[in-house]
Amino acid sequence: MSDLLLKVSGLNKSFFGVRVLRDVGFELTRGSVLGLVGENGSGKSTTMNILGGVLTSDSGRVELAGEEVAPANSRDALALGIAFIHQELSLFPNLSVEENIFLDHFPRRTGRLPFINRRILREQAKKALELIDLHVSPATQVMRLPQGERQLVEIAKALTRQARLIIFDEPTTSLTARETERLFEIIDRLRGQEISIIYISHILGDVLRLCDNIVVLRDGRVVGTGPRPDFTIERLVTLMVGRAIDQLFPERDPGSPPRSTALSVRNVSQPGIVKNVSFDLKPGEVLGVSGLMGSGRSELARILFGLDPYSEGEIRVGEARLPPLAPRQAMDKGLAFLTEDRRGEGLMMEASITDNIVLPSIVERSSGFLYWLKPTALGEAARGVAERVRVNTKAIERTAVRTLSGGNQQKVVIAKWLLRAPTIFILDEPTRGIDVGAKYEVYKIINQMVAAGAAILFISSEIEELIGMADRIMVMGRGEVRGFFERAQFDREALMKAALWD
Amino acid sequence: MAETGGVLSSAPGGAPSRPMRALRLLLFSDYLVLVLTLVYVAALWLFVPEILSPTNLQDVFLQILPLFIAALGLMMVLMVAQIDLSATSIMAMGCVVGASIMTGEGGYLAGQPWAPAVAILAIVAIGILIGVINGVCTIVFDMPSFLVTLTTMMFFSGAAIWYTAAHTSSGSSIGSLPPAFLDIGYGGVAGIPYAAIITVVLAIVVHLLLTRTVFGRWVRAVGLNPKAAAISGVPVRAVVIGCFALSGLFAAFAAIIYTARLEAGTPILGQRILLDVIGAAVIGGVSLFGGKGTVIGVLLGVLFLSAVDNGLQLLGLSLSSVYAIKGGVILLAAVTDAIRHTLMARG
Repeated sequence: MSDLLLKVSGLNKSFFGVRVLRDVGFELTRGSVLGLVGENGSGKSTTMNILGGVLTSDSGRVELAGEEVAPANSRDALALGIAFIHQELSLFPNLSVEENIFLDHFPRRTGRLPFINRRILREQAKKALELIDLHVSPATQVMRLPQGERQLVEIAKALTRQARLIIFDEPTTSLTARETERLFEIIDRLRGQEISIIYISHILGDVLRLCDNIVVLRDGRVVGTGPRPDFTIERLVTLMVGRAIDQLFPERDPGSPPRSTALSVRNVSQPGIVKNVSFDLKPGEVLGVSGLMGSGRSELARILFGLDPYSEGEIRVGEARLPPLAPRQAMDKGLAFLTEDRRGEGLMMEASITDNIVLPSIVERSSGFLYWLKPTALGEAARGVAERVRVNTKAIERTAVRTLSGGNQQKVVIAKWLLRAPTIFILDEPTRGIDVGAKYEVYKIINQMVAAGAAILFISSEIEELIGMADRIMVMGRGEVRGFFERAQFDREALMKAALWD
Repeated sequence: MAETGGVLSSAPGGAPSRPMRALRLLLFSDYLVLVLTLVYVAALWLFVPEILSPTNLQDVFLQILPLFIAALGLMMVLMVAQIDLSATSIMAMGCVVGASIMTGEGGYLAGQPWAPAVAILAIVAIGILIGVINGVCTIVFDMPSFLVTLTTMMFFSGAAIWYTAAHTSSGSSIGSLPPAFLDIGYGGVAGIPYAAIITVVLAIVVHLLLTRTVFGRWVRAVGLNPKAAAISGVPVRAVVIGCFALSGLFAAFAAIIYTARLEAGTPILGQRILLDVIGAAVIGGVSLFGGKGTVIGVLLGVLFLSAVDNGLQLLGLSLSSVYAIKGGVILLAAVTDAIRHTLMARG
């Protein structure tokens, strides 16, 4: 059967007079997967928040199985059978799996008394975990589970609430390739159980693979909708950005192959983290690093920058040796490090754009033995790099980074390192969670740096991105280097195989 | 995420109502405390006009100085999102050790002309030392600063009593301090007390440190996001230890002024002002979540708290009632800080 589960029509929403949704409408049949794509700010989240009861619409209709509904809060939505799995999971890491699943509807011992029936809790949790093929004890603390399994716990939670519609908001951003595969299998299975899915993602390849139908939003409007075969990545991108981007990756002058070495890593090991890692990075080169999460790629980046220790081996910049655990020395030698966790480790969210940009440079740009600040000069310098990376606000002294979109936040992180004019830039997932347009701009900045002679270590989970940007790709697995691929050998499957091979 | 709403959130979507906007404006104002102080003093003046009498004002002024110094030190620690409860024990310890060096009754350097200078150095050294111990335990051994400073507070409070007993026959205080030292408490140049000069100099130093130097930026960065700070090349450990050392140093300065004024070294020095020190900083807008604090804010906090204290005493309230009311006021300030924090986080 393929009857209609959800019908959204004429949805409008304004915030403080700014219209963020205009006449949004789409349909979803039972047991199908609807992909929702669009740049940041295109209205995806607002639409989903209306469905999930987080926001209410100004006008429009939401029909669930033929009945008009208007959930007033997320509890309401859940009661209607709409579960919303947010990008940042809402699990309590200090509680067990079963406690998380039944947090808002614990089976009680007797009627109204507040005593939990642990036996029934355990049984029901086991059943729920079986449904999603998660073989862990229900008593396991959530903090002990890897990210991918936490997501599955969220799904189990939704299933115990008899969800008819599950909304996934960027579910794969923190998952490894293998975990992503597993999630897709589960989604397939849910589809078989007549549960409908709305799947929001920036990773267009996934959307095309997984979804039955696709809705493209731009500036709060539906600009394209139809069954999956109607779309290609190019068409999706064109619809999303409203203009044709000839390619997803900007062109770069290959230039002449450099002879010197910018960064030389020899047999770097740290028990349980990385083993015998050796490579050379040349000026003007982009070395891609591929591998699953936990393969040691991010850990290697932290070791190179002096944030984590290494017990054996050698890291050299030119002639100078970099000691372990000395980020300041690494910075002085021209290293820069963009972390994969931009909110947690990259930025001071409450501080202004300027304050964030100048932080790594204030020592060099201060004067006297008291390290006196030169605010005017700092402000000008910050303005210079902010313009270079095109952070789209003029008031960089007054704007808190928190208020920026993901793409602009990432540009601020890049800008703060550009101000130091680094010669070796370690980029860990530089385009995670940012939209297509911003991605393209990040790639362009990277290319400009490379053209100026910087060496780039580009760590990414998106193989297409590495294929599009890197000169060479190093594949890592279980803390070891699995192999190097030259540009001519770039091949999605071979790279995947190298990363997965044990 | 969306469920963590503050109590003052406006209705979703619509523009906030007018009283809500005014409330928000007042809440976010840096001068909220000043307004409250003025309103409070004006209201009390109707009942107890003495509150504005020259003697009373002078009393309050002199009381404020060491409290302000200690609160400035605490601010440094709060700025890096830590807490320091040990200020009062630093005062007690510094006070009795300093007194034991210079007292005329069998002090180590009794009668020597440079005894006060050595005593002052000793007090300062004790402050820095205890501060560094606090800092190292907190950031190197990764212990909660609440626990660390609570235990150093207990340890040194006890040690100060033991030290006093070992140095006097009476066991309660060490008197006969040299006049050159007592001058700090009562003397002055051109009618300006030395204590006031010391306080103003320290306040200016802290202000410049926070707003004009790399160290100030580092302190703020560590308070806002220690991980991001570390990755940006900020020596996080050194900054945190430095803040604790400054807090100890400032407690030591406060101890010098208090001791000179009491004319004796006593282990119960400062016992009652812990709440005032923390309260003044919090009321003055120093965020308990780190990264936010100004010298002027702390000054306003000290003024407000002292006005409350003084006013209630003039009204003839018992010490316990004064305590209860002050506690309530400080709680209110902390709640306000938390609300501001949530409102800011939601934008």
